[in-house]
Amino acid sequence: MKVPLKWLQEHIDITIPVPDLANRLTMAGIEVGGRQVVGGNWQNIVVGQIIAISPHPNADRLTLPTIDLGTERHTVVTGAPNIKVGDKVAFAYVGAELVDGHSGQVFRLKSAKIRGVVSNGMVCSEKELGISDSHEGIMVLPTEAPVSALLADYLGDVIFDLEITPNRPDCLSIIGITREISALTGQDLHLPQVSYEESTSPIYQQISIEIVAPDLCPRYCASLITGVKIAESPKWIQQRLLACGMRPINNIVDVTNYVMLEYGQPLHAFDYHLIRDKKIIVRRATDSEAIVTLDGVERVLSKNMLVIADKERAVAIAGVMGGANSEVSEQTTSILLESANFNPASIHYTGRTLRLPSEACMRFERGIRPELTLPAIKRATQLIIQLAGGEAAKGLADIYPGKLEQKPILLSTSHVSRVLGVKFSLDQIVSALTSLGFDCKTKESEVWVTAPYWRSDIHQAVDLIEEVARITGYDKIPATMLSQPLPRQNPKPILSLKQKVRRSLIGYGFQEIITYSLTSLEILNKLLPESHTLEPMPLRVANPMTADQEYLRPNLRANLLAVLCANRRHEDGGIRLFELGRVYLPGQNNLPEEPEVLCGILSGPRLEKSWHSGSELLDFFDAKGVMEGLLNQLGVESSFEESSDESLHQSKQAAIVINGNKMGVVGELNPKVTQAFEIGDTVCLFEINLTALLPFTTSYKIFQPIPRFPAILRDLALVVDTRITHQKVQNIVKSFPLVSEVSIFDVYSGEQVPPGKKSLAYRITFQLPSHTLTDEEVNRVQEQILDKLSSELGATLRS
Amino acid sequence: MLKQLEEMESSALRELEDINRIKGLESWQVRYLGKKSELTNILRSLTTIPLDERKTVGAYANKVKVNLENSLGEKRQTLREAELAVSAKGEVIDITLPSRPFPVGHLHPITQTLYEICDIFVSMGFQVVEGPEAEWDYYNFEALNIPEEHPARDTMSTSWIDFETESGERPMLLRTHTTSVTARIIETMQPPIRVVEPGKVYRYEASDATHTPMFYQIDGFAVDRGITMADLKGTLYEFARRFFGEDRKVRFRCDYFPFVEPGVEMAIECSVCRGAGCRLCGNSGWIEILGAGMTHPQVLERGGLDPEIYTSFAFGMGIDRLPMLRYGIDDIRLLYNSDLRFLRQF
Repeated sequence: MKVPLKWLQEHIDITIPVPDLANRLTMAGIEVGGRQVVGGNWQNIVVGQIIAISPHPNADRLTLPTIDLGTERHTVVTGAPNIKVGDKVAFAYVGAELVDGHSGQVFRLKSAKIRGVVSNGMVCSEKELGISDSHEGIMVLPTEAPVSALLADYLGDVIFDLEITPNRPDCLSIIGITREISALTGQDLHLPQVSYEESTSPIYQQISIEIVAPDLCPRYCASLITGVKIAESPKWIQQRLLACGMRPINNIVDVTNYVMLEYGQPLHAFDYHLIRDKKIIVRRATDSEAIVTLDGVERVLSKNMLVIADKERAVAIAGVMGGANSEVSEQTTSILLESANFNPASIHYTGRTLRLPSEACMRFERGIRPELTLPAIKRATQLIIQLAGGEAAKGLADIYPGKLEQKPILLSTSHVSRVLGVKFSLDQIVSALTSLGFDCKTKESEVWVTAPYWRSDIHQAVDLIEEVARITGYDKIPATMLSQPLPRQNPKPILSLKQKVRRSLIGYGFQEIITYSLTSLEILNKLLPESHTLEPMPLRVANPMTADQEYLRPNLRANLLAVLCANRRHEDGGIRLFELGRVYLPGQNNLPEEPEVLCGILSGPRLEKSWHSGSELLDFFDAKGVMEGLLNQLGVESSFEESSDESLHQSKQAAIVINGNKMGVVGELNPKVTQAFEIGDTVCLFEINLTALLPFTTSYKIFQPIPRFPAILRDLALVVDTRITHQKVQNIVKSFPLVSEVSIFDVYSGEQVPPGKKSLAYRITFQLPSHTLTDEEVNRVQEQILDKLSSELGATLRS
Repeated sequence: MLKQLEEMESSALRELEDINRIKGLESWQVRYLGKKSELTNILRSLTTIPLDERKTVGAYANKVKVNLENSLGEKRQTLREAELAVSAKGEVIDITLPSRPFPVGHLHPITQTLYEICDIFVSMGFQVVEGPEAEWDYYNFEALNIPEEHPARDTMSTSWIDFETESGERPMLLRTHTTSVTARIIETMQPPIRVVEPGKVYRYEASDATHTPMFYQIDGFAVDRGITMADLKGTLYEFARRFFGEDRKVRFRCDYFPFVEPGVEMAIECSVCRGAGCRLCGNSGWIEILGAGMTHPQVLERGGLDPEIYTSFAFGMGIDRLPMLRYGIDDIRLLYNSDLRFLRQF
């Protein structure tokens, strides 16, 4: 909310410097987001009065006004069409800083000769002063402006930009802010003196009011002013409205807005003659009831919304916007002025559903108090009579079905120190609360506190404790460390697993990325070159902001591939990326499952291009190596088995199987997928569900003694059918107890082996923990191994 | 025979003198000290010569043997040192050539920040917990004193999940803050409680230099007998001191969040202008870091904790801003665009 300092000063003496005031308010919960100084650069500009105007000898459109500045007079050249003798104007001396009326640039005024006449100074338009964009004529000041006064003193102001928290609708008003300043600085508050003459005809003879929906309208007040004349409101009101960011309309509407800004109570003015049957009915709208609002738009309502109606039709959407059918216009002569209180949730619903946020809406939905209706309507009635003439009917209409008493709350010094951790005396507590208008009745170390009528946010003792703390100052609260015994900890193993995995992956040279959890079907479908069907359908966001953020990702790989593609525009080396994050799998009438998944991709040359390396590409076995290394570090026993993931190359993929369950996959991307993602190179991927893996990770390992007896190594070159896998050979060799290790060091097929066959060369390590093996023992076992390989796999020794 | 020994000794020593590689010592040793050497033969044949001669020859032969062995040892030592001296100088390489590169990965700056923050709170007795990102309206709003049509909902534009109950309600959303985890913890854990709750949160917002539809937060929550706002201040000041450094001023001011009372906003002195006011801090001199407060008694009660027995504090802070402030990153989208030229810098 924008708040002009001068308006505040009308109600309170402000004795501290502006920056201090801003700081005090901010610390106490009324954040000053910024402040704008009006007239901060008005040096050398004063109030003057035109005492004579003579024609310019050489130009018809220019005139030569003489300006009285008290002790001196100046004659200047002006092209302004609107000057007349007697007007008070802003006079700029040579050297003043002004805004150019045409270009908008700031310039420093110099003495100038215009068509042969020297002009030492200038009379200014609003635009030249930087007040508004108006440059049609010079700004005419009110007649009471004091000649020779500095314009900055007379018209300058500071506009605070306040951020009012949703619990403080009372602070969405000048008076509300003044009350805060009064509590913080100890200065007294001066509220407007309100009084006006009333006619003899009672209001109830001229309007009747019925509240059909008292749950949505706790109070409805109205006044009636007849014989008004609609006109522009005076400059001072217009300027204040503009300073607060509101557009002046006419004297009646401006008064309703002015009083809303001053008191925080939204008001609405109806053209009394357009209210049929002189009856106001506050009721729920009927379903699909329509009303054209003040902005000329037809709004279709629903039965959850509240309207102000006459006998025949809705004349306003309660608390949100008035209807065009009862709008105040130039022909209006009588005003029915509404000051009502509405249910906050209902107003919020209506404003949100109709997308009609307004200043009024904002105040109602935050829960202003019904007591506020009366002072506000009296003030507005007074101002209308003052500015638009007319006469108020006798009395006010006031229907008040929802009267709420502020209940006293018991507060003790011990409760205050229990929450704040610092002892305040009862005197300190009472003085803080009293300064804010709270009523305090003390009893030993306790006090019964009743909140003032304008506070809607005080319900229990902690609310009072906050008041005490913020008025006394949060800086009075000491900083202490928690002194209670440390709670028992049960660290979640998934957290340490994630951390371990991340640290391993960066050790393997992978860069971590974080991508958005929301993605699009389009990108997900690129992963499915064969079936084109996502099963199950991922969760959709009902109100997506953009089409590419509509679905919750069911996998990480799509985003990784998109990132690879994007980076390929500027990277030609090897790229290794991983993301560790959640995927979202739809549940049955429940929240989705959110398993933690690790996915990595690798593509491009294995080693950076350099003076000592070749240019081999990262391939399937690199991806597999990462998974094997990681699983080994985590102490997980796994095997790589056949897999049929359609995003991956048909034969270059393997499922990671742990305890009989597929928990992940490694493979080369299906070339159709890389093409769909516009990636030119081969890409390999690994993916594993860490949530599923977690139970199989061993948090502790059992020590294996270091072998005491020497090992015997034997190399065997086998010839087998090409379909025989290394794994099968290895499993057979490993099944012999004397074998402690088996590793493959060559795979060959070509000229020296028959067609359909391949040669596999193994190094077998024989070792026992109990004794040194003899050649004879090893020879015997080696024979057995060869027999078994031959009978089960058809393997022969390569000659 | 003595003469023979004498000649043998001097020729052996001469030959030894000329050897300049360690490998050459072996054949010399075989020739002069080996099993079939002249010296061994002489020593072996001592028994065949007369006793009086035997004594002198034997003593002399042994002296020669010791002398040759010592000379060999010395020579070996000299040659070894010489060889080491050569290999230490060794081959000349151009050390300015680039190294053989090891691929290097980096944790995402957000991950690094999160781990750092969690470590600080863990050291103060807090335990790290996580909760679901797709959440019920209840835990995200209702349980935290934000019922339907509460204006506080407007400050957290929500992405709703396309899921309807049989009665036509749409109660599933992407959590707008990690405080939803606090709502769950209240229900499931028994005091004393000290937890921090990091994770992703979502807002229905267009992205620009300071907003993304997804970002990170961490919430904290402590419940016990006798926890006060002074403890909240102490805990958060300690965090700020360790994360931002000793010399940065910290400010606690009144603010409003529906689930705490009294409510707090904590700010640190702007790193750029040190409090003087600049563009980064919007001329205030302060940068808002987190919201906090004493957990609202209704929130505790709703979760089954008795506010007459327990007091509690809670805080919540955005993570993304922290690496942005620390590294001077001016566009939050860089954190999620996964440009390697950006990520490799951390």
